[in-house]
Amino acid sequence: MNPMDILAVHGPRFLQGLGMTLLITGLGALIAGLFAPWLALWRAQGGAVAQGMLRPYISMMRGTPLLAQLFLIYYGSGQFRPELQAMGLWPFFREPLNCAILAFALNSTAYQTEILRGGIMGVPRGEIEAARAIGMTRWTLLRRVVFPHAYRIAWPALGNEIILLMKASALASVVTVYDVMGVARQVYQKTFDFSALLWAAVIYLLVTGIFVTLWRQSERWLSPHVLAMEKRARR
Amino acid sequence: MERLLAFGDAGWGDEILWGTLLTLELAAVTLPVGMLLGFFSAFLSMSANPVLRAIGWAYSTTMRGMPELLTLFIVYYGGGLALNTGLNWLWPGMSFEISPFLAGVIALGLVFGAYAGEVLRGAFQSLNPGQSEAGMAIGMTQRQIFWRIKLPQLWRFALPGLGNLWVNLLKDTSMVSVITLGELMRMSQVAVRTTKEPFFFFLVACAIYWVMCVLSEMILAKMETRANRGIIRARA
Repeated sequence: MNPMDILAVHGPRFLQGLGMTLLITGLGALIAGLFAPWLALWRAQGGAVAQGMLRPYISMMRGTPLLAQLFLIYYGSGQFRPELQAMGLWPFFREPLNCAILAFALNSTAYQTEILRGGIMGVPRGEIEAARAIGMTRWTLLRRVVFPHAYRIAWPALGNEIILLMKASALASVVTVYDVMGVARQVYQKTFDFSALLWAAVIYLLVTGIFVTLWRQSERWLSPHVLAMEKRARR
Repeated sequence: MERLLAFGDAGWGDEILWGTLLTLELAAVTLPVGMLLGFFSAFLSMSANPVLRAIGWAYSTTMRGMPELLTLFIVYYGGGLALNTGLNWLWPGMSFEISPFLAGVIALGLVFGAYAGEVLRGAFQSLNPGQSEAGMAIGMTQRQIFWRIKLPQLWRFALPGLGNLWVNLLKDTSMVSVITLGELMRMSQVAVRTTKEPFFFFLVACAIYWVMCVLSEMILAKMETRANRGIIRARA
């Protein structure tokens, strides 16, 4: 078949696959994004207990392949079926989609924590001292000084991490989730038409391209003072 | 537990060991291929010729924007297809099957090369331009400047980035199990199929990958200290 015919026949499935890829990437990144700032704070400022708990977690998540983590959660949970059923958790672990999102969220939490820790440690000491000097409480200090600056520092690296997660989400197809990669494999197995894989490549490249552009724009929105300086310099 | 990992017919210890060795072999064979592609990519993207620069940009962007698993599938299925079409055109009736190992080396090498190209370009740009100018002033050719001044110092700037890529490569080899290469991940799956002990065997696989990555990081830290010997660093 001609590559255009493949798209005409299977286009809607590819679109569904795109929705699935965006869903697992987005949910994985979002769940990780909810936990990472607090873990990063803990990692940057915590004592020996915090380090003793967080370091092995981060090291294991970053030192083992995501595919192995996914298999451990999806197939490994099957071995504990009676226990999980007793706890009422089995319906969750039975679904490959849930396991994939859980694996991606756990993995991305480790990476995002390390990125944000770098951001938090990059906040100049003087800013924190000044905030303390005018009597900010700890919570206000975090909300108004530490996190806004830490996120500005970490923003480009966070964008990279989301792209890496999007690429890694193709692994979900191995446990029968029909994301872009899953649909491409299915169509290829049915039609033996190689262009199915090439269309998947085009979709992934478009998504990365659009995401990079949007993220770069958001970087500028996050730092309006830099934007103002650029404008002044141009004038 | 010990019984599951016993060697010989009774347990899966030897299968897991061979799988681990194949994982290491795949990574070790891919590394030089990826480094070569990385240098090519860095030269292309730093070239004065806009066409070469565009080629470098296209290579690096596609390889870094596509899932590694997809690259692997395209190389495995498409590479075989292209090769056979070419061979058939030259010698009708001839055919050649691309092996999972070869597909893994090519695909992971292409990915490694794209990221390594960026690392090496950054390293070239961190070199002190005054030194190349000094080389020119004493009449060295561009080639001599490259081999004698730039390349020996490149290592120091590129090592941290390349080290990260090596660890990523080690982990990415697990994907080649999907196209049935009998490396660590695949062997664990085979063991699971017979023993119905998925949690145990995938945990063992994770532990082996983890040990390989932690050992790599330790060796890389030593290499970095060695690469930076004689460099005075400002104390923060």
